[in-house]
Amino acid sequence: MDLDFTALFLARLQFAFTVSFHFIFPSFSIGLASYLAVLEGLWLKTKKPLYLHLFRYWLKIFAIVFAMGVVSGIVMSYQFGTNWSVFSDKAGGVIGPLMAYEVLTAFFLEAGFLGVMLFGMRKVGPGLHFGATLMVALGTAISAFWILSANSWMHTPTGYLVTPDGRFVPGPSWPAIIFNPSFPYRLLHTVLAAYLTTAFAVGAVGAWHLLRDNANAHARKMFSMAMWMAALVTPVQILAGDQHALNTEEHQPAKIMAMEGHYQSYADGAPFYVVGWPNDREQRMEYALAIPKVGSLLVKHDLNAPMAGLDTIPREDQPPTAIIFWSFRIMVGLGFLMLGLGLWSLFARVRRRLYDWRSLHRAALIMGPSGFVAVIAGWVTTEVGRQPFTVYGLLRTADSVSPLAAPAVATSLLAFVVVYFAVFGVGTWYILRLMAHRPHADEEEPEEAERAPLRTAGITPGPTQNPPRGEPLPENPEEAR
Amino acid sequence: MIEFDLTTIWALIIAFAVFMYVVMDGFDLGIGILFPTFSKGEERSQAMNAIAPVWDGNETWLVLGGGGLLAAFPLAYAIILPATYPLIIAMLLGLIFRGVAFEFRWRDPRHEAFWDFAFFAGSLVAAFSQGMVLGAILQGIAIEGRAYAGGWLDWLQPYTLLTGLGVTVGYALLGSTFLAMKLTGKPEAHAYRLAVRAGLATLLLLIAVSLATPFLLGRYWSRWFDWPQILFTSQVPLLTAITFYALYRSLKKKRRYLPFVLSLCLFLLGMVGLGISMWPYVVPESVTIWDAAAPERSQAFMLVGTAFIMPIILIYTGWAYWVFRGKVGTEGYH
Repeated sequence: MDLDFTALFLARLQFAFTVSFHFIFPSFSIGLASYLAVLEGLWLKTKKPLYLHLFRYWLKIFAIVFAMGVVSGIVMSYQFGTNWSVFSDKAGGVIGPLMAYEVLTAFFLEAGFLGVMLFGMRKVGPGLHFGATLMVALGTAISAFWILSANSWMHTPTGYLVTPDGRFVPGPSWPAIIFNPSFPYRLLHTVLAAYLTTAFAVGAVGAWHLLRDNANAHARKMFSMAMWMAALVTPVQILAGDQHALNTEEHQPAKIMAMEGHYQSYADGAPFYVVGWPNDREQRMEYALAIPKVGSLLVKHDLNAPMAGLDTIPREDQPPTAIIFWSFRIMVGLGFLMLGLGLWSLFARVRRRLYDWRSLHRAALIMGPSGFVAVIAGWVTTEVGRQPFTVYGLLRTADSVSPLAAPAVATSLLAFVVVYFAVFGVGTWYILRLMAHRPHADEEEPEEAERAPLRTAGITPGPTQNPPRGEPLPENPEEAR
Repeated sequence: MIEFDLTTIWALIIAFAVFMYVVMDGFDLGIGILFPTFSKGEERSQAMNAIAPVWDGNETWLVLGGGGLLAAFPLAYAIILPATYPLIIAMLLGLIFRGVAFEFRWRDPRHEAFWDFAFFAGSLVAAFSQGMVLGAILQGIAIEGRAYAGGWLDWLQPYTLLTGLGVTVGYALLGSTFLAMKLTGKPEAHAYRLAVRAGLATLLLLIAVSLATPFLLGRYWSRWFDWPQILFTSQVPLLTAITFYALYRSLKKKRRYLPFVLSLCLFLLGMVGLGISMWPYVVPESVTIWDAAAPERSQAFMLVGTAFIMPIILIYTGWAYWVFRGKVGTEGYH
């Protein structure tokens, strides 16, 4: 990898930095929005106040995650123009409409109902409020649909035509563009990843409070729900990942070669490198620990299947192997640790020790950030694996960049790094502080948290100072009307 | 005259999205700009609460403006954004501080002063950058082939500083008249006072920008002053003057809704004026909407969805405003 600080390199660094940071928030808020909808639905159905308390507890956290996702997301929608203007000009006719549909069908839906979800329980009543929560959750899912369709098209472009001056324009069929070959796999894999990320974060918070007081009913409930997700969804996710890899092998073989560290072709069965150091310059694996034939088994589901290596790909079309090789291993390794934790929780349930097995709780606590790390590692694998192209095989990254001077990009990159670490670092600290709060029975709406007396003149009066028509905070859905 | 082909319809849709953004986030940003003039603690809490449930939806129009431009006019997006690069980055960073302040301020009472400042400074930087982007587009952009060909500080001119200031002051007018509707008691009276001052400042800057603009490019001059067009174009400053007068009277009489509505009218007239100057160019003198247009299939595909979804968006956005209608924190509110 050559590290000369050209405008191109800086622009890539900037995009990688801003998109990786951004991706943390939606991967949490997609899962959390659905979790909140489930909690509120359970509250309405069972009328147990416990679910409402949990809903309010996580709603406060959701509000911060969502705000950080929004502000870092707006940056993304402009980065295509500021740093990748040639790409925007050439591919805008195809991916632009997909992103416009994301705004129209998802962003407005989320943002439009978020205010009611956060502040409107007393104003609209539980039924409509649940509707608003569902709309926010639906919005996050629709958003994933469109943005992953656009992203997948960059990996496996279909349904396009090329103009004489090299621009991509849509062919006669939009479904051929939207449902491009890698999209269904990527969508499933990414949405499941968001659910698992949330499950492990919720599980860790539950575990933390169980370690301090394992009689806490709220902590028990969230831990149990999270561990069900871990046990049931992780195996599905591993299968989905396997299917996604088969799809990648078909459409982007160079990416699989880099993930496997296969510089050479293997005629009858390729090895699986457990660890090793890929050396792109000399095109070989160093310090490798290899298991013969297992590479073919994993990728082709056949021990003796021949596999082509990077020696079949011209050097200028190869992605940087070392990053992909390692990010892939981090993702997969974490996936199997998640599976292990899920199975352990099932075993604990059978032995009726789910709430008092302290080492299980400690393990769940340690695995709290695993989803975030796995999501970023997986994202790095697939996006770096697309290099050196923006539109795979058709448009090079080097030919996509804006005509910008390096100092301009360097300055903005520095500004993004400083601001993101400061602002989102502080935001993460606030989230951790909220998570450290013991979930309890008189969980307030986010509006009233911590500042109740001062906020009595605010949009929602504090319950103790100015209850609407003298009613207490609603505990069961009938009272709330 | 104007033909309603697909590209023209899209130009109108983008103009609508930009207008919606400018007025809706305009009052949010305006409140941020005026934030330090409210006393610490409760008054500021009230001012922020007036927009807390709706700011996110308001900001979404900016994403539609950007995303819509990329989708419907990719060439314009690909030229304007690199040309105004530092402004766009500054705006985005400003919006980050402004946006997180809505949450962080309540989460961390010990650092409330810091997040108050972040809310103010973020709003100010975002508003000023947006105004300068407008000026940078109006003064023209150097292009070679299909790309921006100028330096990275071309946008920095006295004219763009003027437009930056103009938009900032205009947002302050929207923010103060919005708060006049939403607040009660002492901060309400303060909002009315601010609105009078912001109104006068907006008037002065609008006159300054309007006088400077026709001298930028010959076509602006002929657009506004050629006979017989002037019969039509002169209506714009005339209506603007009447609106300003009505605004002043409504503020003196402390009318509740009228000042905000009249401020919206001023922005609408500003938008019409902009349309007169620029039509049919997206980058004056060099790129028309037809040059910049996405393929017909892209525009058609999006139009189908927009025609169905936009009314629904407007309905539920309206509903959200309805839910949080009325004065902040008074009895009639529930």
